[in-house]
Amino acid sequence: MDEEGKSQGVTRRQFVVVGTMGGAALAAGSGSKASGDWEFFTDAQARTLKAICDQLIPRDDYPSASEAGVLNYIDRQLVRHYRPHQDAYRDGLEHAEAQSRKRFGKEIAELAAADQRAAVTDLERDHHAFFEMVRNHTLEGYYGSPRHGGNRDELSWKMLGLDDPPLLGRAQYDLTPNAPREPQR
Amino acid sequence: MNRVNAVVVGAGAGGGIVAKELAVAGLSVVLLERGKWYTAADCRKDDLRNQRNTQLGNAFGPEDEGNPRVWVDTKGVAHTVVASEGAYSNNAACVGGGSLSWGAQAWRFMPQDFRMRSTYGAPAGSSLEDWPISYDDLEPFYDKAEYEIGVSGDYSGTPFHAPRKRPLPMPPLPPNREFGILEPAAKRLGLHPLHIPMARNSVPYNGRGPCMRCRWCVGFVCEVDAKNGSQNTVIPVALNTGNCELRTECQAKEILTDERGRARGVSYFDERGRLQEQLSDLVIVSACATESARLLLNSRSKLYPDGIGNRYDLVGRNLQGHYYSGAMGFFEDETYDDLGPGASIAVADYNHGTPGLVGGGMLANEFIRLPIQMVDRMPQGTPRWGLGHKQAMRRYYKRNIAVMGPTQQIPMADARVTLDPNVRDKFGIPVVRISGNVHPHTFEIGAMQARRAEAWLKEAGAIATELTGGRPEVVQAGQHQAGTCRMGNDPRSSVVDRTCRVHDVDNVFVIDSSVHVNNGGFNPALTIMAIAYYASDALVKGWKGGGYRG
Repeated sequence: MDEEGKSQGVTRRQFVVVGTMGGAALAAGSGSKASGDWEFFTDAQARTLKAICDQLIPRDDYPSASEAGVLNYIDRQLVRHYRPHQDAYRDGLEHAEAQSRKRFGKEIAELAAADQRAAVTDLERDHHAFFEMVRNHTLEGYYGSPRHGGNRDELSWKMLGLDDPPLLGRAQYDLTPNAPREPQR
Repeated sequence: MNRVNAVVVGAGAGGGIVAKELAVAGLSVVLLERGKWYTAADCRKDDLRNQRNTQLGNAFGPEDEGNPRVWVDTKGVAHTVVASEGAYSNNAACVGGGSLSWGAQAWRFMPQDFRMRSTYGAPAGSSLEDWPISYDDLEPFYDKAEYEIGVSGDYSGTPFHAPRKRPLPMPPLPPNREFGILEPAAKRLGLHPLHIPMARNSVPYNGRGPCMRCRWCVGFVCEVDAKNGSQNTVIPVALNTGNCELRTECQAKEILTDERGRARGVSYFDERGRLQEQLSDLVIVSACATESARLLLNSRSKLYPDGIGNRYDLVGRNLQGHYYSGAMGFFEDETYDDLGPGASIAVADYNHGTPGLVGGGMLANEFIRLPIQMVDRMPQGTPRWGLGHKQAMRRYYKRNIAVMGPTQQIPMADARVTLDPNVRDKFGIPVVRISGNVHPHTFEIGAMQARRAEAWLKEAGAIATELTGGRPEVVQAGQHQAGTCRMGNDPRSSVVDRTCRVHDVDNVFVIDSSVHVNNGGFNPALTIMAIAYYASDALVKGWKGGGYRG
């Protein structure tokens, strides 16, 4: 049971849910022309989003957003629970690129880090709703459960010093009468 | 379908107990539940999809699809909302209801909570009232709930609790690190900290083992079944009598009445979407404050053109929950020890008796904050993104304590549930429409509670603090929702009588948080349970076989 809680295991029920929702997205003709490894994004969209996400959570001694699988998380959710946000992503990413070309003459992914930061700051100011959505989804993909495609190998939890997994069913206490009630760890 | 003695709508904290009490007394019972029955195997530890963090939906119902509601903001604009949005005011839809995935704080109200109007007077613009029953009426049933559901904790550290006849059946869990930091600070402030009463096994109890102290607690079903709700206590007992049939994924449509105005059963859509009728001698509505009101309002007939119990336009009014306020404290040293459930220590010194305040509230430390729950709770001045945010997460994730609590919410008649005239659910049933606002005095109580929480954290050594709460202009119903079918002696100012019977239909009862006249300064679940035992007791005593002569 604990194993299925980890990123790889897919229970029968998950499989059924995923299959059904994937089918629904196709049937609805979402218009997404996903490419490469993506379920929703085109490669160009993914390149833009990667640059934005990696400014939201940059690499330091610990992985950046994209290194932890945040794009994978957002991509997967956009054909599942976040299907209603598909248009917002398409339009928002297009807007971000237009803004970058206007100010810097290049697409965001080709900018130096400091200019990428400036481009994201522009986005936060001028296209706030889209920025907030991407920020929240990025944080979810980085700090949330790996089962949804982000937080690869629980990287962020390890960064925060969270031991995982706790031993399933462990008795931390000696329950015999009169035993000292201290954790046995 | 065979006629039965009682249909209970909703297998939550209230309905589960009623079903058990009636079944044990020998009545035949059908227990209808719109959700599914989850077990320990459904814990899933999914911090983005559970009953508290719902970015990817509710884990324990309802589904976002097919179950809309309408929320009217304070400017009068109506928004159609899905079940995982905050304004929906969701609790849960599953066997056990909210008591499956709750934090399991199991508080008794105080005697004053039943006498709010007499004690304080009603603030202008409020509908604050006394209950028609007293704490003493409920005391034996609080006791029964604590022992049958199973509550651990220890009241001995504080004089601020209601009179009780015996201690809780289980000792508290051993203290976590936050307890060790907060307890001496509280005592230095002259407060009386106690181990929070929790419906959670600290030792083997009721045939199940104790809490293993993991971090996936509030919002999740317990992975080792050590957290107690109606789904693993009273409902199995009800089923074991052979007198109770539980039907899951069954959505009640309306209460059926005969030409004399008495209820003759319930119509519902079954798990395959077929419309069914279950005839019965009694109908017990235990669907939670929002959905119980909806069912009564949807039960229209020639005799009840505006719904059952709604002759005086009272069903759905006084919707309330709890406004939570408090403070975050940030510390130099680690406060986090990974010992669930996290919430461990509380003070009830502030629930009553502050000059100028109508009641108050309990303050407690929070359940374990999972990483995703901390991303927007960094100290003031922390960048919201970039390296600064990432570094703050590393610095403060294990160095913070949150102290907060439910403030006594001042009820208002205009905070209410009605039926939306246009929006319908997947079965075509009109849905809940929530409108109204929060009484300003509720915010005044909350602001005082936040300052008190901050003072406690500072005394405990916090190097920075931040008040939480704000003034959200939205009816605070949600998981603590209550009040929509107020209990009272006068049919012109209440929906049910002191036994939870609808005033103008003698075989329909509402037994859940809907009957709360106010919601106390505590988590309300144990009170829901106590009322369910109390009302069941009256029902069984009045049962004469085949009919009710209460």
